[in-house]
Amino acid sequence: MKARELIANHARQFGTLAVLLVLGGAISLCTPHFLTVANLLNVAQQTVVNALVAAGLTFVIISGGIDLSVGSILALAGIVMAHALRTGWPAPLAVLAGLAVGAGCGAVNGGLVAFGRLPPFIATLGMMSVARGGALLASDGRPVSGFSAPFRWLATGEVAAVPASVLLLLVVYAAAHFTLQRTKFGRYAFAIGGSEEAALLSGVPVRRYQVGFYAAGGGLAALAAVVLTARLNSAQPIAGLGYELDAIAAAVIGGTSLMGGQGSIVGTLLGAFIMGVLRNGLNLLGVSSFVQQVVIGAVIIAAVLFDVALKRTRR
Amino acid sequence: MRGIAKRYPGVMALDGVDLEVRRGEVHGLLGENGAGKSTLVKILAGAVRRDAGTVTIDGREQLLDSPRAAQAAGVSIIYQEFNLVPHLSVAANVFLGREPRGRLPGTLDQPRMNRATAELLRGLEVGVEPQATVARLGVAEQQMVEVAKALSLEARILVMDEPTSALTAREIAQLFRVIRTLRARGVAVIYISHRMEELFALADRVTVLRDGRVVGTRELAAVTRSDLVRMMVGRDLAEHFPRRQVALGAERLRVEGLSRRGALHDISFALRAGEVVGLAGLMGAGRTELARALFGADPIDAGRIWINGREVAIASPPAAVRRGLGFLTEDRKRQGLVLGLDLVANTCLASLDDFSVGGVVRRGREVAATARWVGELRIKTAGLGQPVANLSGGNQQKVVLAKWLCRQADVLLFDEPTRGIDVGAKVEVYQLINRLAAAGKAVLLISSDLPEVLGMSDRILVMHRGRLAGEFAAAAATPEAVLQCALGAQAA
Repeated sequence: MKARELIANHARQFGTLAVLLVLGGAISLCTPHFLTVANLLNVAQQTVVNALVAAGLTFVIISGGIDLSVGSILALAGIVMAHALRTGWPAPLAVLAGLAVGAGCGAVNGGLVAFGRLPPFIATLGMMSVARGGALLASDGRPVSGFSAPFRWLATGEVAAVPASVLLLLVVYAAAHFTLQRTKFGRYAFAIGGSEEAALLSGVPVRRYQVGFYAAGGGLAALAAVVLTARLNSAQPIAGLGYELDAIAAAVIGGTSLMGGQGSIVGTLLGAFIMGVLRNGLNLLGVSSFVQQVVIGAVIIAAVLFDVALKRTRR
Repeated sequence: MRGIAKRYPGVMALDGVDLEVRRGEVHGLLGENGAGKSTLVKILAGAVRRDAGTVTIDGREQLLDSPRAAQAAGVSIIYQEFNLVPHLSVAANVFLGREPRGRLPGTLDQPRMNRATAELLRGLEVGVEPQATVARLGVAEQQMVEVAKALSLEARILVMDEPTSALTAREIAQLFRVIRTLRARGVAVIYISHRMEELFALADRVTVLRDGRVVGTRELAAVTRSDLVRMMVGRDLAEHFPRRQVALGAERLRVEGLSRRGALHDISFALRAGEVVGLAGLMGAGRTELARALFGADPIDAGRIWINGREVAIASPPAAVRRGLGFLTEDRKRQGLVLGLDLVANTCLASLDDFSVGGVVRRGREVAATARWVGELRIKTAGLGQPVANLSGGNQQKVVLAKWLCRQADVLLFDEPTRGIDVGAKVEVYQLINRLAAAGKAVLLISSDLPEVLGMSDRILVMHRGRLAGEFAAAAATPEAVLQCALGAQAA
């Protein structure tokens, strides 16, 4: 009875999980190289960056917004952090500086949306260009490379055979899930996305929270920059190009509504993994990256079509 | 319509409904919320497919499997929320989807649309320009555009769902004149309204629905108001406006010189603990604007506000809520509730601070509080985890009330708390208002329903064009005097 209720209340998430499992099953039938511990950990590691960005974006989208600037923020935060590391800052401090830049850019986005009354699309489109330009300026257009071993541990280290970055991902997702489901911050994201006016007229400090959602989005993009920089041992000013679209795709595949008011962190994680598994599987099968683009686009469309159909049958 | 049935998951929305409407008749459709009126109308409109039954129009059986089919069969519906494109012109809206072609391929015959629209509007004696942008029109004018559109479709059956809920008395009179004109032209009008006096003024016959079945169809000349109420609720309503005996306490709210340019001029009044003060006035008199200004939803240009004896600055709704104000808005679906969220989240939305520790929401406490209010207010729901979108209008309104009860606000601004909810739920809302007053709250009751204002209030304030035009003690107030004052005559 309890299990049935669980499935009924989370039909969409279980649907996404089923898609992920079927997809994995299909790929493992086609190639023996997919279903190995090493490859699966590899998939997880490759999914970390997109999944981190998508987690923050999930809050923004549920609250009725959108953030196109996360890819650029990732690049800017990475460059700032890399410079700090190169000038001899201790790793934790440099990471904090990167996160602060990311959250700060996000807060500016949020401020423009909440207090400047700009449509989120426009505000973050502007920030997308500003942050990218900032990253190029700060790095003179060149990568900043070569970091100490302690910093790189995030990419190279393992805890009980699990890569450190995958562990980080799990911790962040556990925290994000808790925040969305169990805190005021999460509740207000749903309320504001569902009806901004009703939330405001219920006394919810809508503007302040909007700034918070975008700051979380920027902060998590910066956290993704930390992982990416550690892995590549290099921060690139052109890093994160197009990541905003991958992250939006992960959230949407996971059932988050671009209209706001609906979505889940678990869904986004599954969505990110569907994209990761798909890329990995197509790579293993030797499918060209051009075809991969087409396939991933088709999956996004299919996911949304599925959502629309689901809503129609319920009505 | 014969033997119409429609089943939704868990409910039989319509169960063998027969409805016969004659040419040149205004036929009232009456029933509590959830009785099946909307479903019946949606079937007629082709928006919802029926599970069983037949629909015959002018002797021909109709399938009505799409809105287009219904349109072709001569059915037009004017919903409470209009189906108009706000930024297009009146003429463009009237001809939307079947624009006459211009001489060049792919162009529209704008002059012809304007001419035809002007003619339709003239026939309705409505002073609206065909080129006017719909968004700039008032509610009543937009409604006339809908009527014109229905006429241009050569509708033989016109359904109007609560058409007067947003209209002033004068606009209602004009609407009635138009409806009578249509009746004289042989159009069958199905008229849905909760306001019984309108049905008595306008309709020839009325069909009462209850729980998806027809209770009966009556000639209006042969029934009384209480007959109809009995048919609707299946029981006698003990007292429409329950009495209350409350000793007034300390001043809860004082407002002095409140002004907002173009909307409110120098408004001063006070509310005491245990008091229900009615705020009457016509549409656009500034009643909602006053509530919004008090609540910090709109900025004010001048004025001072005291709550519980302390002067406060209210710059935003969150500040208002912190100070102990509660605002039940006129538009519950857009402003009162987050429809996609469940009963618990909606009930606790204004008081989440009380249910969270360090930003973490204690779900158990929330559920317990919600369960208590659901029980006390007798909210009918399949479960606390249901999205409030699934509730009927009356129950939705009770959730909004629960939200402010849960918040324990001291001063409650109620803007049209009983609009669009059925008689039974109305009485429950009235009882609740009385309970709030008895508990020492102060209530400002904004309502366009005069009997309601008169029946519920200790005092009545009347607004006219952004000013307080008069004040009446409940005992001294008559509907005529209040209306006179609202219309701008000298106050007593």
